[in-house]
Amino acid sequence: MALYLLRRLMQSGFVLVAMSLLVFLGVYAVGDPIEILISPDADQIEKERAIRALGLDLPLWQQYLVFVGKALQGDLGRSFVFNEPAIQLILQRMPATLELAFGSMFLSILIGLPLGLYAGLRPNRALSKGIMAGSILGFSLPTFWVGLMLIMVFAVQLGWLPSTGRGDTALLFGIPWSFLTLDGLSHILLPAINLSLFKISLVIRLTRAGVRETMLMDYVKFARAKGLSPFRVTFVHVFKNIMIPVVTVVGLELGGTIAFSVVTESVFAWPGMGKLIIDSINVLDRPVIVAYLMMIVLMFIIINLAVDILYTVLDPRVRLEAKA
Amino acid sequence: MRLVLAAFGLALSLAGAQAQTLTMAVGAPVTSLDPHFHQLSPNNAAAGMIFGKLVEDDANGVLRPGLALSWSAVAPDTWEFRLRPGVRFHNGNAFTADDVAFTFARIPQVPNSPSSFAGFVRPIIRIEVVDPLTIRFITNGPYPLLPMDLSNLYILDRETHANATTEQFNSGAMAIGTGPFRLVRHANGDRIELERNDGYHGEAPAFARVVYRMITNDSARMAALLAGDVDVIDQVPTADLARLRSDARVSLSEIMGLRIIFLGLDHGRTDASPFITDNEGRPIARNPLKDVRVRRALSMAIDRNAITSRVMEGSATPAGQYLPPGTFAYVPDLAAQPHDPEGARRLLAEAGFPQGFRITLHGPNDRYPNDSRIIQAIGQMWTRVGIRTTVEAQTWSTFIGRAARAEFSSFLVGWGNNPDGSHPLRNLIACPSPERGWGNSNRGRYCNEALDQGLMAAMRELDNGARAAQLIALQRLALEDLAIIPLHNQTNIWASRRGFTVTPRVDELSMAQSVRPAAGR
Repeated sequence: MALYLLRRLMQSGFVLVAMSLLVFLGVYAVGDPIEILISPDADQIEKERAIRALGLDLPLWQQYLVFVGKALQGDLGRSFVFNEPAIQLILQRMPATLELAFGSMFLSILIGLPLGLYAGLRPNRALSKGIMAGSILGFSLPTFWVGLMLIMVFAVQLGWLPSTGRGDTALLFGIPWSFLTLDGLSHILLPAINLSLFKISLVIRLTRAGVRETMLMDYVKFARAKGLSPFRVTFVHVFKNIMIPVVTVVGLELGGTIAFSVVTESVFAWPGMGKLIIDSINVLDRPVIVAYLMMIVLMFIIINLAVDILYTVLDPRVRLEAKA
Repeated sequence: MRLVLAAFGLALSLAGAQAQTLTMAVGAPVTSLDPHFHQLSPNNAAAGMIFGKLVEDDANGVLRPGLALSWSAVAPDTWEFRLRPGVRFHNGNAFTADDVAFTFARIPQVPNSPSSFAGFVRPIIRIEVVDPLTIRFITNGPYPLLPMDLSNLYILDRETHANATTEQFNSGAMAIGTGPFRLVRHANGDRIELERNDGYHGEAPAFARVVYRMITNDSARMAALLAGDVDVIDQVPTADLARLRSDARVSLSEIMGLRIIFLGLDHGRTDASPFITDNEGRPIARNPLKDVRVRRALSMAIDRNAITSRVMEGSATPAGQYLPPGTFAYVPDLAAQPHDPEGARRLLAEAGFPQGFRITLHGPNDRYPNDSRIIQAIGQMWTRVGIRTTVEAQTWSTFIGRAARAEFSSFLVGWGNNPDGSHPLRNLIACPSPERGWGNSNRGRYCNEALDQGLMAAMRELDNGARAAQLIALQRLALEDLAIIPLHNQTNIWASRRGFTVTPRVDELSMAQSVRPAAGR
């Protein structure tokens, strides 16, 4: 186990370096940050000064080496636009994104699992067919459009919920969270639903497929023959076995949601990391882009590791071994 | 009559009582509260609520006394400013001439600034504090634009802000000015919360509290207004204009803005221009755009009224020159080029291109309202007179770098003017010259030495009448020569809920002091 973890960490280090190099080259290829940031009526003296101030006067490879040198000391650079450490900017916005991502994951499990179970256990009922048809909608409707529709219906027409933004926050562990206040909850509901629609559909379909497959297994038949209650058969024997694909997919989806909930965050003006990264890309704020993507890579590595460890808990046959 | 007035007054005070808090949403994010860190419109708007300037510019861009009561050139190279007595910063410190000297010394020193305000203080070679309420700026030769330049600079306090860092401004600790509002809270990229500064020397703001939110997505900003979550929004999407005009819950405040949308042309190459070929796709040995008849034909082929009325939904005015009416050195009798496809074809034939040629028109697709649709429309109009046009729109971050390197043959871009005729000439039209500091946004590399000489004289002319006459003549020269092709001036539009009224500004800045409770209801 220890060896396995060590090996994974070393692989991760390599991925991080490759990532930073790619992003550096990528931003360089897109355009010149100075042309975007500088006031159009600034003269050449001012332009030269800005280029030096942001360290863009060095050749690209030297810029990269400077970045690596500082990164090794834990400094991922300062944002060109905000003049604050990139990592600090990202961390400031992380709680908003995390609570949105976890909120949507919570909703997707809370809604998706029971519906999927029902559809799997009673596949021929009209309700099951309705659920499956609905899940196709959840897959195919664009998030952007659904978000706007949610706003138009629940905020503009009905006026039940606020249209955009993050509500009041309360401190927990010194970090402001909005799910702890009523106002905050009313703000998070619409974006969380919007973000969870796709995942609800995914969980429904995975659960249903798993249930249908497992119900035909010998051990389920045996359990029923033994006279166990349907409740126990469903929630102990079947449930545990369908969870592996669900956990894998939800885990990866969680990573994706944290990293790239850009569309929902901008439609709902949610002050999270997704908005930060899209704004940063628009102005080629390289330190923030690099720091953000490196952090996301790190997060995926950790999530994958957590998923692997969860497997061993769910399925005793799985062992984590150094040979991968 | 008296009864009506009394009822009117009552309604006013009621509206005032209801509307103690103003929530407004803006489309462009404020990135820093350090007023000298990044010269950027959204940052300037935020600074304009918290800090004060020696010279203020009103909604129409006209200079007004701010922290300075009056100013005059006491010698050809010396401007004297008399300061407003009794002004205090939000923390109670008194404002004096020494704070101005401190501020101007800080401006070029802000670390890591991606676009500083240093250019505005560079003409000043020496500052003399005559007494606490009088200050003199000695400039490098006569410099008529100093008062206008100073209307960009926010004044800080020496005692408070010595060694203040950009981060301290952003966190709110150092966001202390003389402006109409004081900072309550700043959540970077999300919102700024302000409260009224009761000690403000100018007209008191109408609202005790302001929540200034940043909602960059157009549809979300619009929805927030319709849902009643915010009272005022800026940058109203043109697609929504028709619906909003007929919506009784919403009113629009509009003004013709200082921003000009224009086409830049490749003047730099006399031989082949990179995106121009003949009709068979072979390069043309000489650059057709060097011929003024071709440039005029391109301008005549454009139906500006169609663009402003249909593509822009009426939120733009066809432009015949760089600045809108009411600015300094506006050319009085110069209307927009009328649509004349026949004339365009004739000129092309005269210039030796009876069959036209092929060109690629470049432009951004995420910068100006409807930018990519405008170049598509122009592409069709040019094609109709025989210049077969390919249109290529790309994201701003890619586009602007290529435009700055003069990679294009023709391109659409915008320019946010200062309300002075010299501003577009110096930046867009003058020969690119590091020594003079001109032509920095001259992406077509137009260069006319006679024009530059005239501009140099105008920039030393302290007599406003003479300077205006010189600048009008120079603008005529550049417009006759079609250095760039003006298309339209954008209209700046704010939308507000019933009960609020916005004084629209020509410079696009969205500030809480521009909003008042609507009279009546």
